[in-house]
Amino acid sequence: MSVRVDGLTKIYGEQKAIDKLSFQVEKGQILGFLGPNGAGKSTTMKILTGYLPPTEGSVEIGGFDVQANPKEIRRLIGYLPENNPLYGDLYIKEYLHFVAGFYPIKNPSARVSEVIDLIGLTPEKHKKIGALSKGYKQRVGLAQAIIHDPQVLILDEPTTGLDPNQLVEIRSLIKALGKEKTLIFSTHIMQEVTALCDRVLIIKDGKMQANDTLQNLQSTFQGEWVTTVTFQGTFTLDHFKKIQDVQRIRQIHTDTIQVITAPGIDVRPLLFKQAVKDDNIIIGMQQDRRSVEEIFQKLTGSDIQ
Amino acid sequence: MWVIYKKELTTFFNNLTGYLVLGVFLTVMGLFLFVFPETSLLESNFASLEPFFEMAPSLFLFLVPAITMRLLAEERQLGTLALLLTKPIDEMGLIIGKFLAAVTLLLLALVPTLFYNITLYFLGSPVGNLDSGAIMGSYLGLLLLGSAFASIGMLASSLTESQIVAFVLAVTGCFLFFYGFYFLSGLPVFFGKWDALVQQFGMDYHYHALSKGAPDTRDLIYFLSVMAIFLLITRFVLQYRIRS
Repeated sequence: MSVRVDGLTKIYGEQKAIDKLSFQVEKGQILGFLGPNGAGKSTTMKILTGYLPPTEGSVEIGGFDVQANPKEIRRLIGYLPENNPLYGDLYIKEYLHFVAGFYPIKNPSARVSEVIDLIGLTPEKHKKIGALSKGYKQRVGLAQAIIHDPQVLILDEPTTGLDPNQLVEIRSLIKALGKEKTLIFSTHIMQEVTALCDRVLIIKDGKMQANDTLQNLQSTFQGEWVTTVTFQGTFTLDHFKKIQDVQRIRQIHTDTIQVITAPGIDVRPLLFKQAVKDDNIIIGMQQDRRSVEEIFQKLTGSDIQ
Repeated sequence: MWVIYKKELTTFFNNLTGYLVLGVFLTVMGLFLFVFPETSLLESNFASLEPFFEMAPSLFLFLVPAITMRLLAEERQLGTLALLLTKPIDEMGLIIGKFLAAVTLLLLALVPTLFYNITLYFLGSPVGNLDSGAIMGSYLGLLLLGSAFASIGMLASSLTESQIVAFVLAVTGCFLFFYGFYFLSGLPVFFGKWDALVQQFGMDYHYHALSKGAPDTRDLIYFLSVMAIFLLITRFVLQYRIRS
């Protein structure tokens, strides 16, 4: 089920929270929504769910216009709002039953148990939500979002405030969910995007800065890839220069060179073969491309130029 | 709507609000009607529940806002309103579900007081000498009054994240609508010319009309319109204030 966003604009008073956003996500894709705090991520997500009306533009989910068909849309999507609001005084099961009651689910009790298992809440399932750790609360938030097996999942900062172990667990949950669904999630953590996403959408001050696959982004924003090679003993520099795709080579140390190629080209196997031919010994080889962090900073900030 | 209704009703009895409201209402009523001599049914020379129906509105004035103050303010404070309003339910369904739960709780508070009637039945001379029409009318009036208070409470609760503020607003609103118009009619501007009309805007006027035992559709329509108006304003608040 695809999500199409077209020319989305939201104006609060005088301020443009989001400005002409357009993008599209397909089934089985995970879209990472990346931007600094206050960039308009949550606003966009609230509009996607139909909670906020847009000032201009439209959102279409599975062929339904969000504003025109709120009821249909709400059945199709699962939504985890920012800060994961929950009722602390309810038991997990009680809460999930309550949420299940909103949807036409044939056997709610069976579905609640199934989701508790799937999300990994089993060890805590008899507790009150208020008594859970942050990681488990986040799981309850995810559980309520998927209780009706929605086609589209919209998760607003699902990993904020988790410790590293919880982070890994929640990420793998998201990754697993993303295989069968259309999944959109927001974050301001760069590694998360690298770990999870098929596509990245970067916004700043409500404006789209980039909308592409991770790989394309990396090659677009970096003119060249650099492979650093360290040798033991002597080496024949001229032979390496003749390797196909090598643009140029600079020697940065007596035993170290940097081989520069166009983006997307992995020259390491050829370098290795040439070294073997010339009887040179390579003891280290590292390929660097521009990191997502750098791209993010370049697109959204002025900290590092 | 019924999902919300069910949840709110369970919540009332999970966090003691429900028991507290029922307990306070029945204790205070019991004290006034059977213990304190001034208002006691047993000391009175008439087999009538009038003291009960005179006092109940003042108690409702505090109890109903105590029931309703949580209903929307808490959802706003927790942020769960965003969660509920992205489920397949619209604002009106949410509001009506919560409103009906509050009304149900009031109904539950009134049911045990039917027992007072049995007492009265036997106190009458001859036994069974009761104006049952007036009693039925009064119960209807009390339920409608409580529901109208609940609709004011819903609006108050939608206006703020703080339950205390919601409570104070609701008590003030209920007070004004119950007694306010009566006092207003005493102003020199209205007195003598318009005072009867102004009084008709007040809830006490219609409440007392109903308790005479001859239900008039105008009183019914009055209470139902008050509820409809307040619940619609509540919906307006949810739609336009919180969402933008």
